[in-house]
Amino acid sequence: MAPEIKSKKKWSDIFFEKLTLIFACSIILIVAWIIIEMFQDSIDAREAFGWKFIFSNEWDPVKEKFGALPFIFGTVVSSILALLISLPISIGVAVFLNEIVNRAFRTPLSFLIEILAAIPSIIYGFWGIFVLAPFMRGTVQPLLQSTLGFLPFFKGTPYGTGLLTAAIILAIMITPIITAITRDVLKAIPTAQREAAYALGATKWEAIKMALLNARSGILGASVLGLGRAIGETMAVTMVIGNRAEISSSLFEPAYTMASVIANEFAEASGNLHVSALIEVGLILFAVTFIINSFARLLIYSFTRKTEGK
Amino acid sequence: MLFLCVVAAIISILPLFYIFFYTTKSGISSLNWDFFTQMPKPVGESGGGMANGIVGTLILVSLGSFIGIPVGVMAGIYVTEYSGGLFSNLVKFVTDVLSGVPSIIIGIFAYGVIVIPMQGFSTLAGSFALGVLMVPTITRITEEMLKLVPQSLREASLALGVSRWKTTLQIVLRTASGGIITGILLAIARAAGETAPLLFTAFGNRFWSTDLNQPIASLPVQIFNYAISPFDDWHKQAWAGALVLITLVFIVNLIVRIVTRDKFANKV
Repeated sequence: MAPEIKSKKKWSDIFFEKLTLIFACSIILIVAWIIIEMFQDSIDAREAFGWKFIFSNEWDPVKEKFGALPFIFGTVVSSILALLISLPISIGVAVFLNEIVNRAFRTPLSFLIEILAAIPSIIYGFWGIFVLAPFMRGTVQPLLQSTLGFLPFFKGTPYGTGLLTAAIILAIMITPIITAITRDVLKAIPTAQREAAYALGATKWEAIKMALLNARSGILGASVLGLGRAIGETMAVTMVIGNRAEISSSLFEPAYTMASVIANEFAEASGNLHVSALIEVGLILFAVTFIINSFARLLIYSFTRKTEGK
Repeated sequence: MLFLCVVAAIISILPLFYIFFYTTKSGISSLNWDFFTQMPKPVGESGGGMANGIVGTLILVSLGSFIGIPVGVMAGIYVTEYSGGLFSNLVKFVTDVLSGVPSIIIGIFAYGVIVIPMQGFSTLAGSFALGVLMVPTITRITEEMLKLVPQSLREASLALGVSRWKTTLQIVLRTASGGIITGILLAIARAAGETAPLLFTAFGNRFWSTDLNQPIASLPVQIFNYAISPFDDWHKQAWAGALVLITLVFIVNLIVRIVTRDKFANKV
């Protein structure tokens, strides 16, 4: 950002510039190193199972049979469910903060939402075990069962812990990030557009709707980023999802995610193949979050550049 | 529809109050001097504390800062002060990607890089993982804060014949230092609450340890182990630990808010 100021460069200047360059490169190096390391450490599992690893649902450390499908299933279902719960709320909060509430309330409220993002995941998990899971077991799940019980998603025993509970915790955890980016995106929409809408006789809500429609690619980016967070979330999910490597159509049943199987089994993994299989699960998790995050960032970058350029 | 937005705002805040309320209620009774100074008692004996976990977290986070702070700040300087081209965009992009990498993956990375070669869980591996996790937050904040320093300040300093690197360090960095330091605090608070990457790097320890090659206790891992245990006494201790963590997070965030106001809100 600093414009180039032409002057004789001293050796100390060159040294300092190169020094910062080295540190900047080290970030790229770290990411590359993570990829290489995980690729190497999962060789055993990849050689033993090949692509079958992704499509097999047998996970039996004793027989050394490893398939990641139940974890992929649990991760995908819990994250998408979390996004579905969180997205309308996040957009609502972003609109509320940006367009409705006055300044005096905006600052403390956005601070409180930021704190939600900063609470350690372990505390969400702990709270999930002792407060949310009993509440789900006692109130929410019986209610869902009596009203929507004919659907396969709400069949089975309401244990309290399971996919649905995990999704709710995840939704709470990703709401701040989606809200924050949606707010940025809404801010980037020029006020002139809103004024024009009002001038044409639009109501407040119609003007907001127009802003939201114009911001849709940015909001998509925000939700994809939230999805990425949900996919990688570990401790909170591990504590409430029930940790059972099975695929079931019921959202009440215990499940397992990629991140939580690593958290649970890695330190106690017996045998090289088990460790290698867990690292391969990690590699899949990494690849998915990498692609999702890159996609989301590019969407958000291009959105802000487009609107700033107008 | 506007009414629904108000409802959404209330729904999003409710869990926060509930978590705060519940953690305080469950943790306050076990939060006393012993909690900070005593070692964990064996199962069945009540009382005791998490002194080893608290000290362990301090050690892990301080060592992690040796990686996180220099790399983060220097990379932030490079991106804003020395490069505006394609390469700095690449650095920014990779930083964003790194901030999205699940922390458990960083744990596996530290396991592969340090635990396997050293043949054992260790403080060093845990700090390394936390350090890497701190980097993207610090880089982004440094970048945001340096961008706020007026261009004229740099020009004035250069016009007085101060060399470029001294201008960067003594004028630009110093002007932005308040924001950067609070940003570092934010990264530290986040690292202090991390559990997943420590499960198989620092691992945890029931006893005192200050040996860098040995496993070490940490507050979050201790909370995790206690939380999933069947003992009421341990649950109480874990709630006290959770209360300590949540208070830390709240205070740090409040400081950051006050010092930086709205300067870089939502940018992290």
